[in-house]
Parts: sequence; structure tokens; C-alpha cells
Amino acid sequence: MSRDPDISIRIFSAPEFLRPVRVMVDALASQCGFDDHSCGLISLAMDEALANVMRHGYKGQRDGRIWISAWTHESPDSLEVVIEDLGVSVDPRTIRGRDLEDVRPGGLGVHFIRHTMDECSWEQRPGGGMRLRMLKMVPAAAPEPPR
Amino acid sequence: MAKTMTVEQATEGSTVVLTPKGEIDMAHSPSLQKTIASVQAEKPPKLVLDLSAVPYMDSSGIATLVEALQTSMRNKSKLVLCNLSPRVRSAFEISRLIQMFSIAESRDAALKA
Repeated sequence: MSRDPDISIRIFSAPEFLRPVRVMVDALASQCGFDDHSCGLISLAMDEALANVMRHGYKGQRDGRIWISAWTHESPDSLEVVIEDLGVSVDPRTIRGRDLEDVRPGGLGVHFIRHTMDECSWEQRPGGGMRLRMLKMVPAAAPEPPR
Repeated sequence: MAKTMTVEQATEGSTVVLTPKGEIDMAHSPSLQKTIASVQAEKPPKLVLDLSAVPYMDSSGIATLVEALQTSMRNKSKLVLCNLSPRVRSAFEISRLIQMFSIAESRDAALKA
């Protein structure tokens, strides 16, 4: 993450911006070498992460700032995304998905992120708000069968 | 500026069929929730949700359907989902809630379920 991101954008914390970000991340993941299924899962994780910032970080306030930075890496091929906000700062240890045995609406977002991404970590930003880093590796191609 | 999601409503005998059209995320799930709630308030014996025109659904969409399922259980009515796209099915599978729902491969199968 030492070099500048390949893509860096700032959105407001309004739900109508979820779709444009999904479309962008989907395309970037595809360019990175992920198959369609994985692109869908990465977009879903991204969407859930942003929705959590809007819902919990900014409490539904529509003019909060959210910064999204994305890097594509080679050797090994992977996609890294960092989401930063200036919303409510929480102890990262309290961020966890709900018990899936508990059938009720809501609370699935963190579970989706953890299930989908190879790495994800939340931290408090020094200037306030939260930073989420997510990484997904492109699965290695299966070796060709011997002839 | 938000790309809208619409919901078509049809009646087949005593069954109500709702067909949402568009991506269901945090921006659009409240509207779907409202539509489903107004249909379920009439307590039809069976509600079919045809998801053939829903290419994407996030956890807020799934939460809306869980709520609909809980209402149908309270009403002792049936809720059947059909025509899930691969991406929508995948979101359901990750949530591990897929086994809670009655899911049909087609609208005809959902009507017969």
C-alpha cells in the first residue's frame, strides 16, 4: 500500500452512491483477473462495508465523506481496497457479524465482508472515524493435467 | 439520480405475485419492504416473489425478505421465492438463510408449490 492507489474517489454517505461504486469495483475486480462469481462477491463486500459506514458511522446522515482507495497488485494478483470515513469511531474489537443461528433481519454485513474477503481489518483513524482495509487474492490457476 | 426499482404486482387465483425490477440495496430495500408489507397486510394465502429481474441483492434486501418470511409465518401463509439469479443466490447462500426459504426454479413452479 506504499504506492498511490490505482483508483481513489470520495463519495457522500448517501445510499444512491452504492451502485456506482459497485459497478466500478466489479469492473476493477474483473480487470484484476477475478471470475464473475468472485467479482460479484467483492462488489457485495464493498457494498456492505459502505452501507455500514452510512448506517452506523454516519447514522444515516447523507453528507458525510467516505474515501475509497483501490490498488491492484501483481505477484500474487490481488485487489486491495481501503475505505475511510469521519463518522463515529468505534473499538474495532466490537465489530463482529451476528450469530447466523439467530434468524432475524439485519446484522449480516460484517459476516458478508469476512466471508468474502481474504483479509479485512478495521482501525480507528487518528483524525477520527474508521479505516477498513480489505484484500482479496486472485485464486491461482489450476495446474494443467499431465499429458 | 438513483436508478429506481419498481415492483410489478399480479394476482393468480388467490396468490399474489410480486416482481421487483432492479438492484435491491440499501437505497431500494425500504421501498420493497413497504410494498411487501402492504400486500401482506391483506393476508393472501400465498405470496410469490419473482426475482427474475433482480440482478443484485445485498444484506438489506435479504433482511427485507426475512422480515416478510416472519410475517408470513405469523399469518400462517406461504412465501415462495423464484428465479434467483446466480449473484442473488450466492448472497443467500453466504447468509446461510437459504434453507429457511421456500425457493422455486420458475414462476410456474412457485405457483404450484
